[in-house]
Amino acid sequence: MDLRFTEEEIAFRDEARRFFREDVPEAIRRKVLEGRHLAKDEIVRSQRILNARGWAAPHWPREWGGQGWTPVQTYLFQDEMQQAGVPAPLPFNVSMVGPVIAEFGSEAQKRRFLPRAANLDDWWCQGFSEPGAGSDLASLRTKAVLDGEHWVIDGQKTWTTLAQHADWIFCLCRTDPSVKKQEGISFILVDMRTPGITVRPIQTIDGGREVNEVFFDNVRVPRENLVGEVNRGWDYAKFLLGNERTGIARVGTSKARLRRIRELAGLELRGGRPLIEDRRFREKLAAVEIELKALEMTQLRVVADERGRARGKPNPASSILKLKGSQLQQATTELLLDVVGPHAMPLAAQDEGAGRNEPGIGPEYAAVAAPTYFNWRKISIYGGSNEIQRNIVAKAILGF
Amino acid sequence: MDFDLSGDQRLLKESVDRLIADRYGFEARRGFMAEPEGWSRANWARFAEQGLLGLPFSEEAGGFGGGAVEIALVMEAFGRGLVVEPYLSTVLLAGRLLEEAGEAALVGRIAAGELLAAVAHVERHSGWNLGDVATRAAPDGDGWRLSGTKSVVLHGDSAEQLLVTARTADAQRDRDGIGVFLVAADAPGVARRGAATQDGQRAAEIHFAKTPARQVAFAGDALATLERVRDQVIAALCAEAVGVMAKMHAITVDYLKTRKQFGRAIGEFQVLQHRAVDMYVALEQARSMALYATLMAGEADARARAAAISAAKVQIGRSGRHIGQEAVQLHGGIAMTMEYKLGHYFKRMTMIEEMFGNADEHLERVATAESIL
Repeated sequence: MDLRFTEEEIAFRDEARRFFREDVPEAIRRKVLEGRHLAKDEIVRSQRILNARGWAAPHWPREWGGQGWTPVQTYLFQDEMQQAGVPAPLPFNVSMVGPVIAEFGSEAQKRRFLPRAANLDDWWCQGFSEPGAGSDLASLRTKAVLDGEHWVIDGQKTWTTLAQHADWIFCLCRTDPSVKKQEGISFILVDMRTPGITVRPIQTIDGGREVNEVFFDNVRVPRENLVGEVNRGWDYAKFLLGNERTGIARVGTSKARLRRIRELAGLELRGGRPLIEDRRFREKLAAVEIELKALEMTQLRVVADERGRARGKPNPASSILKLKGSQLQQATTELLLDVVGPHAMPLAAQDEGAGRNEPGIGPEYAAVAAPTYFNWRKISIYGGSNEIQRNIVAKAILGF
Repeated sequence: MDFDLSGDQRLLKESVDRLIADRYGFEARRGFMAEPEGWSRANWARFAEQGLLGLPFSEEAGGFGGGAVEIALVMEAFGRGLVVEPYLSTVLLAGRLLEEAGEAALVGRIAAGELLAAVAHVERHSGWNLGDVATRAAPDGDGWRLSGTKSVVLHGDSAEQLLVTARTADAQRDRDGIGVFLVAADAPGVARRGAATQDGQRAAEIHFAKTPARQVAFAGDALATLERVRDQVIAALCAEAVGVMAKMHAITVDYLKTRKQFGRAIGEFQVLQHRAVDMYVALEQARSMALYATLMAGEADARARAAAISAAKVQIGRSGRHIGQEAVQLHGGIAMTMEYKLGHYFKRMTMIEEMFGNADEHLERVATAESIL
């Protein structure tokens, strides 16, 4: 038993740390650490820098640029990336559609899509949720019907993150309505420029334009854009969701945020003294740090245990990482609100929610506190809500 | 970074787990508690035979050179069994302090199961602050005489030797002027009153009236040594707590699967499943922090060690309370009875929460220290 990393692991960590801090522009990292939104070109630029180093999709199969890292290396890489404020390579590309194509796609699909996905030449979005299919995803109704050499898609997707930037969307479509709902779903790749696709933005409570509705009206997609076998889409979707493992706890992100909170609590005064010297505040901060330390240890236990596990077979404990990790990320946003106090109130100048073109008032760092708090409520909802995670633990671990 | 047990550690774990599974059933434990001292001499002899009593001591002192990991393995098993023998008080507290003081002969006797010892440090108004000492030591020839009263001395009623904290100088809450003194339990001027504790163990109140004592000497500062040993004991206690919590969780999940109401097992209700899951999350977080405490117990940097140990104790306290209360609630009335096992785990957990500093006290320590992240 040993908490220490090996010399090789430490060398790897230091190399990743140096790379993130020296090669990824500080302006981009600063925006992430300060909780501001990135523009599309900043996300693309950052991912291309990683890809040039071979680090945009290190977990992919070796022949498609994967690095063959150990679970510990993957952990260190993600932790350093999150702590440095480097935006994660677009998850729809590298954690979702990429691994599915690499595992189940045709050779032609792999050659056509994987290198472009890694380099963010194609921006992918995820066509899973529908107005009537959220936690009960398998009840989705968007249908695809084969007509000669084309699939014809009709229906609606929703909560489609950053669809406004997307070149491609990977969709779960109903291809057989006559069988059990999980057995009539297919996984289809759709070019966003295809006629019949309409993207409508949804404004979220933080004032942001992050998610969209995507409408499909008689959209004709070449037959070869089906991934794997027809009606096996549910299996691929489960594979995709199981792929996100230890990074999901986002311990590094929470660490960086707590560092930022400490820094800002040194600037904000209460009773003429920096808030960071206030005993009650320090205890609240310490309570979150303790839970985060515990989660980091839980994550390391999962990482250590992964060494002996088959790919695509996640440790059931990773559900704990999502559950607790989301709660802690949200707790950090509450602390940030506490730090800025009344200065959380004014809308930021650039905030689209204002609906008017006014300069903001107060420090800029205070203006992001409330939107971040509002926005991050999503973390316990998306990717399988925390209630769904509890169902998974109840079944898979506790045997209910 | 690895959390695998070595071959020897696995063997130790297997043998202790087997010992508890074979000999420490719920009914058997009742029998041990009914013995004159409130615990079983036969078990104590068995522990000695299996090498558990010498586990943490160096080989020169007659021990087996076990570290925090070995101790944690034993304590987690003891938590599952709700062991009532004076292992923590005699071996982990008194034994380790004696070892720090170079008292190899006494340590050897503890390892052999021939000596019971206890550490008397809590006073009526000290809380868990080891540096808050009103008991006085006055020089008397080559030795000392102690006067004062110690409270909640763990297994202080059966101990043959007592290690007592007392002041040779300075004011009640000064960090300086504290010594540790060895007193025979039958020395003149010692008056003891033993009492059962809420968790089925034993403790004593002990008065000293000009009691002759011998000061034990440490290489460094006595209080710093006491605090280091205390931190190691907290790490061990965290491991015990994990055993207690894991058992409460397992018993509760079993119960939910078998108890029928409204024509079905109550575990089919999602609201109860989700509460069992939240208990599980709290258990795994506690397990992680107990492991952290174990791996940090030997840390040379006293401040980093103390912050880590305190962080673990906060997590154990919070998780323990959550799991204990939920375990009782999800059982319903049966958990309120002495005849059912769950309540006994709940009671032990509750006492662990109050031992060596509760969650609030340790949270304050973490809050005033450098960040643990």
